[in-house]
Amino acid sequence: MGKLLIFMENQREVGGEGQEPKDEYECSKPLHLMAPVWNRDTRGIHGLSKAVAPEGSRRKGRSLLQFLADHFYDVQALREYLLRKQVLKVHQKNRPFTHIKERFGPHAAGAYFILKQGGAVKFQGKEWIRPNTRGRFSLDFLTFPEVPVEAVDASGSAINYHGLDNLLALKELQSLWLRRCPHVDDWCLSRLHPLANSLQELSLAGCPRISERGLACLHHLQNLRRLDISDLPAVSNPGLTQILVEEMLPNCEVLGADWTQGLGLGPEEQSQDAASPIPA
Amino acid sequence: MLRRSLQLALGRDVLGRGLGTHRGGSTLDWNGKMSEIKKKIQSVLPGGAWTQLHDTSYLPPEHSDVVIVGGGVMGLSVAYWLKRLERPRGAIRVLVVERDHTYSQASTVLSVGGIRQQFSVPENIQLSLFSIDFLRNINEYLAVVDDPPLDIQFNPSGYLLLASEKGAAVLESNVRVQRQEGAKVCLMSPEQLRNKFPWINPEGVALASYGMEHEGWFDPWSLLQGLRRKVQSMGVLFCQGEVTRFVSSSSHAETPSGEEVTLKRVHEVHVKIDHSLEYQPVECAIVINAAGAWSGQIAELAGVGKGPPGTLQGTKLPVEPRKRYVYLWNCPQGPGLETPFVIDASGAYFRREGLGNNYLGGCSPTEEEEPDPENLEVDHEFFQDKVWPPLAQRVPAFESLKVRSAWAGYYDYNTFDQNGVVGPHPLVVNMYFATGFSGHGLQQAPAVGRAVAEMVLHGNFQTINLSPFLFNRFHLGEKVHEHNII
Repeated sequence: MGKLLIFMENQREVGGEGQEPKDEYECSKPLHLMAPVWNRDTRGIHGLSKAVAPEGSRRKGRSLLQFLADHFYDVQALREYLLRKQVLKVHQKNRPFTHIKERFGPHAAGAYFILKQGGAVKFQGKEWIRPNTRGRFSLDFLTFPEVPVEAVDASGSAINYHGLDNLLALKELQSLWLRRCPHVDDWCLSRLHPLANSLQELSLAGCPRISERGLACLHHLQNLRRLDISDLPAVSNPGLTQILVEEMLPNCEVLGADWTQGLGLGPEEQSQDAASPIPA
Repeated sequence: MLRRSLQLALGRDVLGRGLGTHRGGSTLDWNGKMSEIKKKIQSVLPGGAWTQLHDTSYLPPEHSDVVIVGGGVMGLSVAYWLKRLERPRGAIRVLVVERDHTYSQASTVLSVGGIRQQFSVPENIQLSLFSIDFLRNINEYLAVVDDPPLDIQFNPSGYLLLASEKGAAVLESNVRVQRQEGAKVCLMSPEQLRNKFPWINPEGVALASYGMEHEGWFDPWSLLQGLRRKVQSMGVLFCQGEVTRFVSSSSHAETPSGEEVTLKRVHEVHVKIDHSLEYQPVECAIVINAAGAWSGQIAELAGVGKGPPGTLQGTKLPVEPRKRYVYLWNCPQGPGLETPFVIDASGAYFRREGLGNNYLGGCSPTEEEEPDPENLEVDHEFFQDKVWPPLAQRVPAFESLKVRSAWAGYYDYNTFDQNGVVGPHPLVVNMYFATGFSGHGLQQAPAVGRAVAEMVLHGNFQTINLSPFLFNRFHLGEKVHEHNII
């Protein structure tokens, strides 16, 4: 649009130079009334690119915007591709290790999976096995395939719904920590019921996708003794949820939000404010 | 270069027109275009048929490859899968015609929103299993660049079906079929029921089946909006209007036994604009009937069922609207967070709603007590007489409750066998059905959409075989008997 105006302006200038036109519509030079040809690589209108001389930086900015506008669908496809790649990366991390499962049994496969994610594993009667800062870990646990896994710490890992396949085979798991896992959501919680016989401790603190709807399916875990549901941003009413979960699991100690949270100022706090108007 | 490498990376056909701006028109019919341009110029010149330029953006386009009658979850699902499965990308023009953009009477949004695999017909179980997979990965299927991710608020709390002595054997065989198809369902005895859910009174219950995973309820409105947003980004056009007429042509054919049949083909769909006499004839190749409770009327407009009764020409589409009530009540001492979607042996059902001890529930009336589907007025006496007593007997805490609100919605009720009708009509060859689900349409919509799209694009069902649900069964009398219809 701006270029069209410049075109018009220039024509008027061209007409105005030299002799005075007899009337508005007569000019000394013939007007090149060519329709502006917009090709994909537009720098200016054909035939006028020399006459029109915008400043250097404005031209660069305009041509970058023009480039992006001309290649809109390409840019969109690139963004979709990058998004797909991210999703595929998470899926790749959660792939099942069937060859290890067949050779060494489900406990070793589950332990290998967790260690690969950057988590820690504790076998019954042994110490915690953690990967070092480089991500490497010892493969000694493959030598004792019969020993069950007792505790798993998958905090901060990229475990998701499909990755839980590896964990659900650990029939004697007693303690599971899934703190701050970005892909653990309500659907994953509904999958935990096969661990009901053995699971005694579960920690879900800080998972951004878990809401009270997923917590409702924890009632299958009747042997649970410690449950940590603090700091769940997607839960709409943390205090009320805490009460309801405590009612749902009577034998379990539920750590989470304080039930007074969200109740507003209590009477003692109000009188305190009145007594000391100047904050300490 | 970038485009070519992206094409290969995304696995699309190298000849696909997926990327790059649309250059020119999609056909090379130069003569046709010239005659159209001449016609338009003639109408603009004085003496022509065209009035002054005015805004016609509310009118649907004059041509569309597929016209989907009905913009609820079923119609939008078919539109989504058509655009997703088409090759090459951008090949098919789809138009969705919806009479009411506020969806005030649409079954989708008035639904209770449950999804279960506890059916007796294997095809229903498979449809439901795919749909729950779709819902779980909804942000991969329905992702739109720059829009926030969808949250359908799924409660994975499961369904609990209770059966009396009479129905216990049927329930057990159903559970066996469900387990074979891959559903995670377990059977419970009355003692186990009492241990697990202390608020239930298991008197009269012989057996119960409980879905552990992949069952629950969600928010149908957010699914509808998510589908709408995605489908619009894929290039499907929407139009607010009512389909009033189908213009079709007939041709004669002979069956192998020598009988003469009349095959019809719909050429134009007349879409009438709201509050006006104006209509737009839309030329189309395929019509999809996803009109829900009003599918029977749409089918009649297309000429389905015009013939002597007992013949294929005379077989109407047996889908009619049936009114169902849903009540929301509050019971402070009621069941807690673990409450599944409970369906009593008597047919009454309820589920938890939110965290404040609120519950949604209802009951399907018997054939004799069917309310008049003329309007969506709620009958509160129905709750007092038919819904409350069985629920209060099953859950003693419900003896004291307070009804907060109620609403009514339509089932697109298939009077023949209460299962969906999917696929083309044998005589009106380019009309496809996706309707008649009698209360379980929402939970099967993603899978049915894919099946209809496969039928339209490939001519047969490729993933889930829904041949038992074709239209022919109405003429042949083959009922698909489903036990677990609520």
